[in-house]
Amino acid sequence: MKKDFHIILSLFASAGQLQKKRAFLTIASIAWGTVAILLLLAFGEGLKRQLDKNRRAMGENISVLWPGETSKAWKGMPPGRPIRPRIDDVDFVRERMPELKSVIGEVVSWRTAIAYERKTINGRVNGVNIAYGDARKHFPVGGGRWLSPEDEKQRRRVAFLGDEMAGDLFGKGVNPVGKTILINNAPYVVIGVMQHKTQMGAYQGPDAQHACVPISTFKAQFGRERLNNMLIETHRPEEMDAALKKFNSIMGPKFGYDPEDDRAFGTWNTVKSSKVTMMIAIGIQMFLGIVGALTLLIGGVGVANIMFAVIKERTREIGVKMALGAKSRWIIWPFVLEAMLYTFIGGTLGIMIATLIAAAATYLPVENNEVMSFLGRPTLSPQIGIATSMILGTIGLLAGYFPARRAARIDPASTLRYE
Amino acid sequence: MTMNSIIRMEGIRKIYDTGKVKVEALKGIDLNIAAGELVAIVGPSGSGKSTLMNLLGCLDTPSDGIYELGGENVGGVSRDTLAEIRNRRVGFVFQNFNLLPHISALENVELPMLFGGVSPKERHARATELLTRVGLGDRVDHKPTELSGGQMQRVAIARALAMNPNIVLADEPTGNLDTSSGTDIMSIFTDLWKSGRTLIIITHDPALARRASRIVEIRDGRITSDHRNEQAA
Repeated sequence: MKKDFHIILSLFASAGQLQKKRAFLTIASIAWGTVAILLLLAFGEGLKRQLDKNRRAMGENISVLWPGETSKAWKGMPPGRPIRPRIDDVDFVRERMPELKSVIGEVVSWRTAIAYERKTINGRVNGVNIAYGDARKHFPVGGGRWLSPEDEKQRRRVAFLGDEMAGDLFGKGVNPVGKTILINNAPYVVIGVMQHKTQMGAYQGPDAQHACVPISTFKAQFGRERLNNMLIETHRPEEMDAALKKFNSIMGPKFGYDPEDDRAFGTWNTVKSSKVTMMIAIGIQMFLGIVGALTLLIGGVGVANIMFAVIKERTREIGVKMALGAKSRWIIWPFVLEAMLYTFIGGTLGIMIATLIAAAATYLPVENNEVMSFLGRPTLSPQIGIATSMILGTIGLLAGYFPARRAARIDPASTLRYE
Repeated sequence: MTMNSIIRMEGIRKIYDTGKVKVEALKGIDLNIAAGELVAIVGPSGSGKSTLMNLLGCLDTPSDGIYELGGENVGGVSRDTLAEIRNRRVGFVFQNFNLLPHISALENVELPMLFGGVSPKERHARATELLTRVGLGDRVDHKPTELSGGQMQRVAIARALAMNPNIVLADEPTGNLDTSSGTDIMSIFTDLWKSGRTLIIITHDPALARRASRIVEIRDGRITSDHRNEQAA
């Protein structure tokens, strides 16, 4: 083994001078392939991370439940009965499901007149519980705040505005916090404006375009008790399925529907849909990876090609070595090493170039660009580096091994006698 | 004759199967060569000379028959084993020298010893000694392209002796050389023979054959004449 190693390295070191032009082109094509696969994978990784971030913008580990109609007969009642939960049903669920992180009621008033000074717009006003802010990622811009328990308890007329609505109402250069607006002619104090976020999922419209007020205040002003939605939030994603089942087993008896009836409450389970999103992102990344790998493969074919040419040129030299007693493996491995050297140099160059490009990409404006806020920044991760190195190594090995195996099959007798 | 036999061939046949046609290049060769002989194998082209040389040098295996080289049966072994046998038992000298062009004379002579697992230090010492013996002690670092034909062939002879083989097999060793270089090379061979080496020279040059101790003539795949040469060297 040690002897083999010594012989192979000695032969490799004494191999004929490299074919400079061909070697350069081959190395360039490997470098190009490496850049392609790295950037495509980095693009996929950036997309995946951005999708994940945007998905979280609506909230994590929440399910949105909206009242529907029963689709199954139950205890003598026909299907098609509407379910009508009320604001106090939020407490009803909260008491029976203490394991949940939060239970939230949401009441909506569409196209409501909202006015500031002489400007009036039609917008959506949501009456919500306090936990809504955290669960649905309504974070205030500095200087403002989200609704407080006191606001809800005392039915204060305070409003938290989506950033787009605030922009529409106040224009630029005005800080809305502390200003008084009119919602259906009732005065409300603006206590905060939502930080901008790129939101992938929405169920009534983007959060940026609504105003949130305490659910108690909403009930007092609009006189409505019926919930438009209920939100339940679990501590961990894997608890969601059980939580939804329990929700129906509590609400079923109360409202008289079959707990197995999935139409009584329409359900949007974000845990489930986030899995789908991730699968899509991984699928895209795999596709990009395959495209990159194919590009790299072309580089590998280039290496194999140059090795075939080198071996053809050195046929007699190989024959001489064999006549002098070289074994097959001593013929094969110096060529494999040569191919791997080309691949290694090309791969290293490619990794360097791709790293520079990825580093430059961190200067791309993501936040305020609509396309970029969905695509994200190309991001190189260690996993991408490892995957690419493994592909490169395999390609180098194969591109050297197959031509070299042909070299080892050369018949020394026929190569030696004549020029 | 059988005692001290380095080469023993019995009923050797070699058939080349080109798919459509089968060509029988050797049609039953019986040949014994004792240690210390200088054998010339002669014959016209197409006689099977080259095929016999390939078999003798273990570059190829016979289709039929027994071949023992230095008491070792060469039939039915793997390519790598055959390579090992060549390395230890056969030294080659070719008409076109077949030196590796990009390495020095010294490295060329070292090559068989590299394959034979000789240590770098010993390789260097022995290669230097051999090159000095063939009169190239001052040319060890020259590449083959910087040497004349006669000098290249002397490097090849040094290389052939590197592993101290049972036989030295020379295929038209003077074919590419001018008369005076050819004579020099032939003198080296004669000296080697006198110092006890076994040499087999394949040639169609009658002048060369006359210097051998034994002349074997091949025609149409068979040995047609095998006689001692009393005026050897």
